[in-house]
Amino acid sequence: MAVIELSHLEKSFGEIEVLKDISLSVDKGEVISVIGASGSGKSTMLRCINLLEKPSGGKICFHGKDIMDKGLNLSEYRAKVGMVFQQFNLFENMTALQNCVVGQIKVLRRRKEEAEEVARENLARVGMLQYINAKPRQLSGGQKQRVAIARTLSMNPEVILFDEPTSALDPEMVGEVLAVMRTLAESGYTMIVVTHEMGFAKDVSNRVIFMDKGVVVEDDTPSVIFQNPKVQRTKEFLARYFAS
Amino acid sequence: MSLSFLEKVLFLIERYYPLFLSGMATTMLIAITGTVAGFVIGLVVAVIRTIPVSEHDSKFKKIALAIVKFICVAYIEVFRGTPMMIQAAVFYYGIFMGVNIDLTLAAFVIVSINTGAYMAEIIRGGIISIDKGQTEGAYSIGMNHRQTMTSVVLPQAIRNIMPSVGNEFVVNIKDTSVLNVIGVAELYFQSRSAAGTYAMAFQSFTIAAVIYFFLTFIVTRILRLIERRMDGPKSYVIYGSQTNPDAEIRIKKGGARNGRY
Repeated sequence: MAVIELSHLEKSFGEIEVLKDISLSVDKGEVISVIGASGSGKSTMLRCINLLEKPSGGKICFHGKDIMDKGLNLSEYRAKVGMVFQQFNLFENMTALQNCVVGQIKVLRRRKEEAEEVARENLARVGMLQYINAKPRQLSGGQKQRVAIARTLSMNPEVILFDEPTSALDPEMVGEVLAVMRTLAESGYTMIVVTHEMGFAKDVSNRVIFMDKGVVVEDDTPSVIFQNPKVQRTKEFLARYFAS
Repeated sequence: MSLSFLEKVLFLIERYYPLFLSGMATTMLIAITGTVAGFVIGLVVAVIRTIPVSEHDSKFKKIALAIVKFICVAYIEVFRGTPMMIQAAVFYYGIFMGVNIDLTLAAFVIVSINTGAYMAEIIRGGIISIDKGQTEGAYSIGMNHRQTMTSVVLPQAIRNIMPSVGNEFVVNIKDTSVLNVIGVAELYFQSRSAAGTYAMAFQSFTIAAVIYFFLTFIVTRILRLIERRMDGPKSYVIYGSQTNPDAEIRIKKGGARNGRY
């Protein structure tokens, strides 16, 4: 059964329809890249999945259960579906370690010692163990994003959503974040990555979704999307993208 | 016999220093209590006013919240919109009349409630100035609104509003002088008493002015110290290095963010 299933998802901001009838099914272990021009609804779709935006219509199911159901424990669900943001959103008043610990204690009710152990493990995994006591303002963009990934990992999520995780970074820092994401993909996490990094989409993900004007235009393997796109709009987008 | 200005000042100090000291103590006591209690009141009001309403909430919760928020706004408008001197008079001669209330206690209540109204807006400003990303980051790992406020938003908001809280404190030290209207024996009241007997108003109030300045100056210094405490050290330690794993490397990061570097 699919881990996450969107059916006929819609989202409007006032008069503007951002998402129109999106249906999508995500299986365990899939690494999906979502590509498309700015304003095509990629980020909004991701934000709907963990309910930072409330969908205007349609349904989102997690292991077959409707997440907009009143009985759903929203905190529990969000802990299982982690999110990594373009602007990192690390807690500015906490150190790297505290950033990774606070959610475990408050949401997962872990003991402090256990939470710190998990946090350390995950900070080591993203290569940030040396910076456990640094505050976000003392870190570079790439370092912040790696801590943000460790924060998400510390909640033991089943799915991780990445919302343009490298778009706010200087070019020389993109590589370190992508490297971390690559190891996560290889260790079997289910990931949905909104990205402009075509290299990552092509090499790391096993499925690519091209979105345009609020709909899924094409949904296929990277080799088909990048070498043999079936839809004209995908061809045009990629041609424009690689020409620039 | 004519005394110089300085001689008169010294004369007043010598003769009335217990008056000045007790006035100073009363003023500080009211200012400290009023600012602390006002901060607590303001925090509660600001937190209530920034509770988000979601469509998921029950009708009862929505209506209850709307009523409480209205009361908060009314409180702020009334107490910011009228002079504290009038509030003191109305409270003391009106509401507290017939009740045998201690003057100092009345002063505490009035200054606290008055300060609370200003603090509520200062703290609300602090809360809404925190980037929305901080809240979203907390929501994304499953924290609820209350946890997000206490762990993430308020600590940052309170740090950012410390300069304004300092303002309020300083204003309170000086504004306790209006409480002489109900006869609270604060610094201004005592200076006036000292001035009376020998008709040395200029000298007496000069002493009061110096004391007021001394008090506010000390307070602003202390608050600045607290701010720096909250900011933490500017350098941080990297544990281990590639050659020596036990090494501690201190790295200084620049930036004028915290003032003194």
